[in-house]
Formats: sequence, C-alpha cells, structure tokens
Amino acid sequence: MLKKRIIPCLDVKDGRVVKGINFTDLKDAGDPVEQAKIYDKGGADEICFLDITASNENRKTLLSKVSETAKNCFIPLTVGGGVASIEDIKNLLLAGADKVSINTAAVKNHNFIKESSIRFGSQCIVIAIDAKKVGINKWEVFTHGGRNSTGIDVIEYAKIVEKNGAGEILLTSMDRDGTKTGYDLELTRKVSNLVSIPIIASGGVGNLDHLYQGFSEGLASAVLAASIFHYGEYSILEAKQFLASKGIPVRL
Amino acid sequence: MYVSIVDYGTGNLNSVSKALEAAAANINKKLSIKISNNPKDILDSDKIILPGQGSYRQCVLGLKNISGLWDSINEFVLIKKKPIFGICVGMQLFSDQGFEEEITQGFGWIKGSVKKIQLNNKDLKLPHMGWNEVSIAKKNDLFVDIKNLSHFYFVHSYAFEAENIDNIICATDYEKPITAALLKENIFGTQFHPEKSQENGIKLLSNFLNWNL
Repeated sequence: MLKKRIIPCLDVKDGRVVKGINFTDLKDAGDPVEQAKIYDKGGADEICFLDITASNENRKTLLSKVSETAKNCFIPLTVGGGVASIEDIKNLLLAGADKVSINTAAVKNHNFIKESSIRFGSQCIVIAIDAKKVGINKWEVFTHGGRNSTGIDVIEYAKIVEKNGAGEILLTSMDRDGTKTGYDLELTRKVSNLVSIPIIASGGVGNLDHLYQGFSEGLASAVLAASIFHYGEYSILEAKQFLASKGIPVRL
Repeated sequence: MYVSIVDYGTGNLNSVSKALEAAAANINKKLSIKISNNPKDILDSDKIILPGQGSYRQCVLGLKNISGLWDSINEFVLIKKKPIFGICVGMQLFSDQGFEEEITQGFGWIKGSVKKIQLNNKDLKLPHMGWNEVSIAKKNDLFVDIKNLSHFYFVHSYAFEAENIDNIICATDYEKPITAALLKENIFGTQFHPEKSQENGIKLLSNFLNWNL
C-alpha cells in the first residue's frame, strides 16, 4: 500500500535554516545540510528546502547546500524559492534536487508549468500555492511569500495547474502559517477532492494531531511541517508512530 | 569496475551517481563511474545504468537524438550481453512500445507495453508517488538481503504491462499489481528509484554491482 508522506520543510535564508512566524520574525534553526541528514536518518519520506528570500539574494549559496545535501541524503529533495526560468530548474536539478517547487512564476505565466513539465517531466514539477481565505469557501492565490494578492481563485488555479502538467501541489494556508493552530482543512480537502494529483498540506502545524487531521480530514497525500520538527518538539519517528496508531499508513 | 550512467538529458543523474558511490563503498568495491552519452564509453563499460524521467516518448527521442547512442545500448545488451539496470522510464524503455503522448517504439527486449495506470478508486492519485511496498515474486540475485515488502520510492503514471509474467520479479500494489522490477537474463530494471530509496535502494545498487551473470 502506498504510504502517506511526512515532509520536513527547511526554510532557508543565506544558507541557514529559519522558520518565520507569519513570514516575518525569523529564528535560526541551524545548517540545512546537517538538518537534512538528521531527517534522512530519522525516517523523513522527503525533504523540502524553501529559499525564502531567493528572489533578492545570492542563490549560489543555496545551490551548494543543495549539492551537499544530495551527496548525503538518499530520499527525494524538493527545492523552491524564486524559481522563475527553465534555467533555474536545470541548475537546481543539476545541483541534486529531485523536484522543484514553483510559485510566483507559475501564477504569472501558466505556460511555464506546461513548458517545465514537458521539459523535465511532471514528476519533478511541484506547484506551490499560497492561499488566503477571502470569504466563505473562497480562497485567493497570493505571491511573493504572501505579500501580493493576485485576485485569482485558488480552486480555479488548482485546476489550471493540474491541466498544465504539474506533478503535485504544495498548498500553504497563509492564514495558518506560523500560527500552530493546524492546517486549513477545508481548503486542503476542497483542493484534494478537485484534482487527481497529490496534495501536500502546509501551514499551521503545531502538534501531531494536526498532521493526522491533514490526512484524515484534509485528504492530503503528504504533510509538510517545519518548526515542530526543527526545535525537537517531536521527532519524525514519534510523528509516524502516532499516525500509525491512528490508522494512517506510514513508512516505519 | 567501470559503470556508465547513460546521459541523454534526463533527470538528476548526479543522485544516481552519488547513490552508486555509496553502494560501492558499502561493499568495498573499486568503482569508476562515468556519466556519458558517448557510444564508445557505453560499449567499454562493464555495466550500465539507464535512467529515465519525463515521458516515454521524450526519452526515446532523447536517446535517438544522440548519434550512435541507441545502437550502442542495443549492442551492449543484445550482443555483448552485459548487465543493464534501467530506472523508472529507463526500465519502461525495455518494452516494445509506450503509449505516453503517442505510440512510440522502445528497445523491445522484454515483450510488453507501457500504458497509463487506470484507477477506479477516485481517492487514489496519479502520479503514483511516494513509498510503496515491493513484494518479491521470484527469488533473484538482485534482491538478495532485501526483505520482502520493503519500501521503495515510486513516481510514475504509466506502468509496464509485461506479456510474460516470468519477467516480473517484483510487484507493488496500487489498486492492482503494478510491475516494480523486471529481469530477463542480463536485463534488469525497476520502476521505483533506488537512488531515492535510502538503505534498500543502496543495497539494491550494491547487489547490481556484485551481480555476476
């Protein structure tokens, strides 16, 4: 049976891991390569790097961190943050990423999703959607790390993303991110029911029950979490044992 | 030992190479790895790895686009009869034909076709992506010391439908049995990614390096 995935996410800035509280107050949580090794050994199913300030800062640091991580970890590595061109994707894949996550560039140009999935294969194209609730059962796509509104409806956009060949959707609730109050389950379930590609739930995890809800109520294929793992509140193994005890199929 | 990883512009070859290095180190094997698209390198190799990502058709076109590469792989496999390890679409190319985009002829070494996975349960997603258990249907040299129902990492929407089930040595379950590994004489391939499957994947690569026909 296919197992549900746990993906620790490392938000990386200047080659260091940070995790923002609603994307502002940044705390340092260590070296991404060391963290990735710990997660790999600890049983993470995949690892995700998000270069949160990639649009403005030096990207070479990130590429070297990606390459160093790929030498040490034999599980899939997704890298995102400021990916805007075919060249960016190529550089990340060459450095050792297995998948790239594309956000703003995909919103600006839907054809970029198509172009990149034909060129590199759907399996390595993850489309990151930052969603903000704007009404009852209504969410809007935001870009630039949640700073810019787009007027685009998340549900409509998710269909476009799938149609253009994305392999997966990384769905982040901007309202929940950093709040530790749990995923936006309504949002996650709606999008998951709508498209046939896997959904990664993201934004708001504060405890293990939240991970469970991501699968049981949000119907996600994978859950992404950062701070609950980084600061040692829970290990990946504890999370998996908890999920297994609740009947979620996980790789132990 | 000299192993070539066939480079035809597909996917992340570095991760295959790094995993192969780890696999060689675990069994204290001296290994020289070349990532190459040069037909001479292919023919000089002791073993080759044929990776593959993206669509069946794009992979065939990619291989045929490099002068002499397709023929050299055929010669390596059919005439020299040396070991090949196909990964993901690399394994799918062993078939007669693939149905992705449009019908495309493959190497035709293992009778069968590559077709889109059909699912009745609408809760199941495509691609079939993530860690799934692999059941070993037939005892073989490649899966020595790998437990039955070990987890391996898959990501694909198309599957190999082999005509002769004797060629299927491993299967996984996604509503129905899906070909996870094929073996026919010197021809071996997996639908999953050993280079992304932690210890089990490294062990499988070690076994491939140790494999004597």
